[in-house]
Amino acid sequence: MTTSRRLATPALYLLLFLMAIFFLLPVYLLLLTGLKPFTEVDLKTMWDLPTRIAFDNFARAYAKLAPYLWNSLKLVIPASLISSMVGSINGYVFAKWKFPFSDLIFTLILFGMFIPYQSILVPMVQFMQWLGEIIPPIGRGTIGGLILVHVIYGIPITTLIFRNYYAGVPTEVLEAGRIDGAGLIGLYRYVVFPLSIPGFVVVLIWQFTQAYNDFLFAFVLTRTETWPVMVALQNMAGSGSSAVEWNVQMAGALIAAVPTLLVYMFLGRYFLRGLMAGALKG
Amino acid sequence: MNTTTERGAAQKAVPRPEERPRAKRRRTYWSADRALSIAIVTPSIIAIAIFVYGFIGWSLRVSMSEWDRGLTPRLGFAGLEHYLQLFQDRRFVEFGLRNTLVFTVLFLAACLAIGLFLAIMLDQRIKGEGFFRSIFLFPMAISFIVTGVAWRWLMNPSRGRRASGLNLLFGMINLGKVVDFVLPGPAPEWMYDIGMSQLADKLPSLFNLGKVVDAILPGPAPVWMYDVGLQNVEISRWFTNSAPWGIAFVVIPAVWQMSGFTMALYLGGLRSISDDLREAARVDGASEFQIYRYIILPLLRPVTLSAMIVLGHISLKIFDLVYVIGLGDLSLDVPSVYMWRTIFEATNYAQGAAIGILMLLMIAVLIIPYLVYSMRSETEL
Repeated sequence: MTTSRRLATPALYLLLFLMAIFFLLPVYLLLLTGLKPFTEVDLKTMWDLPTRIAFDNFARAYAKLAPYLWNSLKLVIPASLISSMVGSINGYVFAKWKFPFSDLIFTLILFGMFIPYQSILVPMVQFMQWLGEIIPPIGRGTIGGLILVHVIYGIPITTLIFRNYYAGVPTEVLEAGRIDGAGLIGLYRYVVFPLSIPGFVVVLIWQFTQAYNDFLFAFVLTRTETWPVMVALQNMAGSGSSAVEWNVQMAGALIAAVPTLLVYMFLGRYFLRGLMAGALKG
Repeated sequence: MNTTTERGAAQKAVPRPEERPRAKRRRTYWSADRALSIAIVTPSIIAIAIFVYGFIGWSLRVSMSEWDRGLTPRLGFAGLEHYLQLFQDRRFVEFGLRNTLVFTVLFLAACLAIGLFLAIMLDQRIKGEGFFRSIFLFPMAISFIVTGVAWRWLMNPSRGRRASGLNLLFGMINLGKVVDFVLPGPAPEWMYDIGMSQLADKLPSLFNLGKVVDAILPGPAPVWMYDVGLQNVEISRWFTNSAPWGIAFVVIPAVWQMSGFTMALYLGGLRSISDDLREAARVDGASEFQIYRYIILPLLRPVTLSAMIVLGHISLKIFDLVYVIGLGDLSLDVPSVYMWRTIFEATNYAQGAAIGILMLLMIAVLIIPYLVYSMRSETEL
């Protein structure tokens, strides 16, 4: 307790501040550019402070991105909620209701977390196309379809996090509930679920970030009207008009980053705690 | 050890009821729950069976088909033709694979080193730890697309009067003067040689990696530097350096994004090491450095392994970031980008699927031993 680590010196703080500058520099640039009046935007004066605060670039970028931001929210909120529910009950079964070969099956599920999605891209597009002909609301081109894909490819990581989390719940606690006559559902409902809030926070943040930041699935599975914001941003930043409107791109990039930044700002502490507690350990 | 195995055994035996008078009724009750538990996970198992294993199988099939152009599947059997083509394809081997290798090695090394360094610094009971921690972690919240947009402008390769981004910033803060300040007196000769004591306009010659090495190791550059093309690398040209060193600069934004995550893993590891251990070492007269070198680092090995697995698979399949920064530049090509173009521009689905399968194999080499290892050690958890 009394140990004072000896490295806590001014040099250490200087180093930390330098690192902090490295981490904040891109955001500073995005913010600076976004706040400049349109007339002051120039590659050569990129680092100069604005003479007056203006939201021109933000306004222009927002006007372009707003519909896609909505698409993104319509995508990530259901996707992360469903994912975490699925992960939670899966994790509960794989941690506390092991059945023959359940560890092997769990490992096989886990493998799905690491595959490069390029290796399933072609069949997935074909499958979603076909699915859309049978059940239009979850086919290719719809947000529903994208939610489905995110939930399914989220199964490995969400199951893993919850399983690790529930492995820490003492079996005696479940035993006690069992003696009181609770079954699988009862134990989950009254014992396990109320203990899972920190696990849910980690998984919700993780899935929210994943689905929101995803580009690959969104690009191949949506149409122009259902684009999430990352696809729209890349389109705005892509070759075409890039030379002219780089400032709007930067403002757009910042706007697109706001939802996940807010989530981290308010819930990051819990996420970090989960990470540090080994939520992601294999 | 003992207690954990016992717990494992107890867990396995859980669904079996204790022998009691009402055992019969309870047994049916429990086995109903057992069936229910399997029923609950079945949909997920089926979904993964289709979306992971089924699709991989189908990709394999497509990769061996004749579907090399157009949107209509043509599934005649073509054998390994597309794989053989890929291995003779300079774009795939010399750019794609080599770039991936360079990227992965540098990305892993930098993330682990910076992550560990940050974690150790934050572990010194400093003030404002939470503040620094959030700053280092927040890039993780940001998508590679946003990171790519921001860093593409930061690493703008224009120089001289048209300099912008970091090149401009380095000129503005006058890196030469900073060096003058840190090392007073006339700048050493080599600094003039590489333009370090001059202004932004002279920036092109600044940071020519080859020249820096020349200055440190006078005499002709070692042969290997010529072999790998390192003598021509100029930092101010960033990702527009020739392959494979252009991709080395795409590592910077990737590290910016993921080193905070690595830090969090290491910090968790450091916090789980008890203070008694350090105290004991200190009593035995170990220096602070020795404590880290001989006690803490070895204890952090499992964390390093997990971090390497997570970072390694991210980097082997890196796509968005390279796609946004590279904008189709061939010298920044990686397999995922090549696959993208093969499918969406050339509509060569068979070849694209083959690239996907090869990427899967690269990652499987890394992941499968790890999964088997963790499943084995799992049994005693």
